[in-house]
Amino acid sequence: MKSIHTEDVQRRLDAYKGQPIYLHLEMTTGAYASHQDSTKLTASTFISNAIIRYSHGLITGHGPYRVGLKTGQGWVYSEGLTHWDDSDNERLIMAGHDQEGKLVVGLQLSSKPFGTVNECEDITEVTGNKEIKK
Amino acid sequence: MERYEHILVVLPHPDDEGIIAGTLAAYIAQGARITYVCLTLGEMGRNMGTPPFANRVSLPSIRKQELIDACQNIGIQDLRMWGLHDKTVEFEDQERLDERLLATISELKPELIMTFYPGYSVHPDHDATGAAVIRTVARIAADTRPIVQCIALSKGCKEMIGPPDITHDVSRYMPQKQAAIRAHRSQFHHLVGDSFDKPDKLARFTKERLWTYKLS
Repeated sequence: MKSIHTEDVQRRLDAYKGQPIYLHLEMTTGAYASHQDSTKLTASTFISNAIIRYSHGLITGHGPYRVGLKTGQGWVYSEGLTHWDDSDNERLIMAGHDQEGKLVVGLQLSSKPFGTVNECEDITEVTGNKEIKK
Repeated sequence: MERYEHILVVLPHPDDEGIIAGTLAAYIAQGARITYVCLTLGEMGRNMGTPPFANRVSLPSIRKQELIDACQNIGIQDLRMWGLHDKTVEFEDQERLDERLLATISELKPELIMTFYPGYSVHPDHDATGAAVIRTVARIAADTRPIVQCIALSKGCKEMIGPPDITHDVSRYMPQKQAAIRAHRSQFHHLVGDSFDKPDKLARFTKERLWTYKLS
């Protein structure tokens, strides 16, 4: 992940305009927020592979950045975005990382669904030669 | 330490096994065969490495490899990744999850199952995993039931469930344990901070505490 480059992100947002797009959106304080500090609230939310279509999408701010996508009947909004994956041409992956590098917010768009975990398998004899049971 | 032939470990996230890695290495040294059912790939974790080298999309495959490496470092022979989605264990179809656990227990006939203590393990996935194991074991006739030993993490849990009845000194197995925890490269920094460089902090890792779950 690299620091966000707004012109590149804006070009990618423009390219998805008007098409059905898969959205992954999340925000989290971390599952241990209140365990580590009882004055904090543990809160977390995500939606994966929601299909949206937006007529207008912008990235704004001077870093951290904000993204707003105007959909048919509402908006997708995200604040605190700091990083993106500039090497991924298939998907637009953006995230906001705090000073420790932990993900706080994530906004991802793709014309194909984001992977679900069906790459799992049973591995016996992990100490020796891997024998993979289908 | 007790000696077991077959142990089943059921935990939801890659890196959870680090908490009991010394105990597992010790049992393996005594000849135990360990099956580790890891329910998710921890793909919703916040930690992407320090400095970050993963992202939400690449994290599951990275953590999967870290898990395999950690199991090799401990010596775990049989790793089963069930592919549930991180954070969703409590929302899964309970009946299906329980049936799958029961089938696994019937197949392996472990004398001991290790999991999280339901209600005292902080993360909802931990609690849901422990609860599924307890529900399933409770269905097995008492005379053939495996022992269930639990990890508890919540603050003040000792006031509620009493002190742990098992404390293992795993000093001898610290190389395996440290290697297993280090294998989780994307999580390592946040798991242990500087503890591995400070002898006084590292000493805390030599004690592993477990609660035997009392099924009525």
